[in-house]
Amino acid sequence: MIQAEIQNLLEPTLQEKKASFPEFKAGDTIIVHVKIREGNKERIQQFKGTVIQRRNSSSLGETFTVRKVSNGVGVERIFPILSPNIDKIELVRKGLVRRARLYYLRGKSGKAARIKEKKS
Amino acid sequence: MSGFIGKKIGMTSIFITEGASVKHVACTLIQADPCVVTQVKRTLNEDGTRKDGYNALQLAAGERKEKNVTKPMLGHFKKANTTPKFKIVEFKTFDTTYDLGAEITVQEVFQEGDFVDVIGISKGKGFQGVVKRHGFSGVGGQTHGQHNRQRHPGSIGACSYPSRVFKGIRMAGRTGNQRVKIQNLKVLKVIPEKNLLVISGSIPGAKNSFVILEK
Repeated sequence: MIQAEIQNLLEPTLQEKKASFPEFKAGDTIIVHVKIREGNKERIQQFKGTVIQRRNSSSLGETFTVRKVSNGVGVERIFPILSPNIDKIELVRKGLVRRARLYYLRGKSGKAARIKEKKS
Repeated sequence: MSGFIGKKIGMTSIFITEGASVKHVACTLIQADPCVVTQVKRTLNEDGTRKDGYNALQLAAGERKEKNVTKPMLGHFKKANTTPKFKIVEFKTFDTTYDLGAEITVQEVFQEGDFVDVIGISKGKGFQGVVKRHGFSGVGGQTHGQHNRQRHPGSIGACSYPSRVFKGIRMAGRTGNQRVKIQNLKVLKVIPEKNLLVISGSIPGAKNSFVILEK
């Protein structure tokens, strides 16, 4: 039995959940709505940034990394795409990039870290 | 103690919510179709004479073609009024009592949150050296004149004393394909509709191999 079948056996709805998110790629700017639990309260926090990679994108174990610069400090968060903590993903802007992993952004700041917009 | 027979399906991961935190846990899926009681062993007969000398329950699981089963075993299965089974395991001092021929389902034996021991036959690795087989650290350096012995065991027989190799010295050889027991694995989920058992972590054996679960 292959991995997807095993996962399907356990939780059949996960495939649909993954398909429900908008299509995004490295270079795109997205907003991830993250559920945060504090005691019994639950609130939603937004994390806006550039997607710098999607890993294992064909499987249900997929993760993606979002990078943003906050107060001059680079912040990267890695999300498992099927994490129950993700409420919603919003696609803000499509980026025009030539690679799948934008690690080069880590060494750049300001004007050099810009990404061209992809116009369709 | 109680137990069950299952079949390893494979591994995946699962998100578990514990209070405020969400954990991403590696887990193994086990197909645990109903087992049949093929023999009930008792210490004494009802009239007080010695019967088997101990209390146990013999369970059987997995289908087998009738032509592949010996006649004595066919008779054994017939007594329990069931079809020929593949795997037969005896569990001593079972918690609950069952009659001969009774079908036991997985949710009768295991609940979510139980800790179980899992027994399986580990994957065979063939002839392996001491580093893989016994966890030796090898020679270490690659310089200072070393060559061609990075993964060797070193000295095995010392000097003029004892001038022989002691019995039981760990050496290279056939690795794996052994009965291995992993203790205290948590049952993350029991899915009765599909007869599935989700257990945290890894368990010994290849996919589709039989495993014995004990509680």
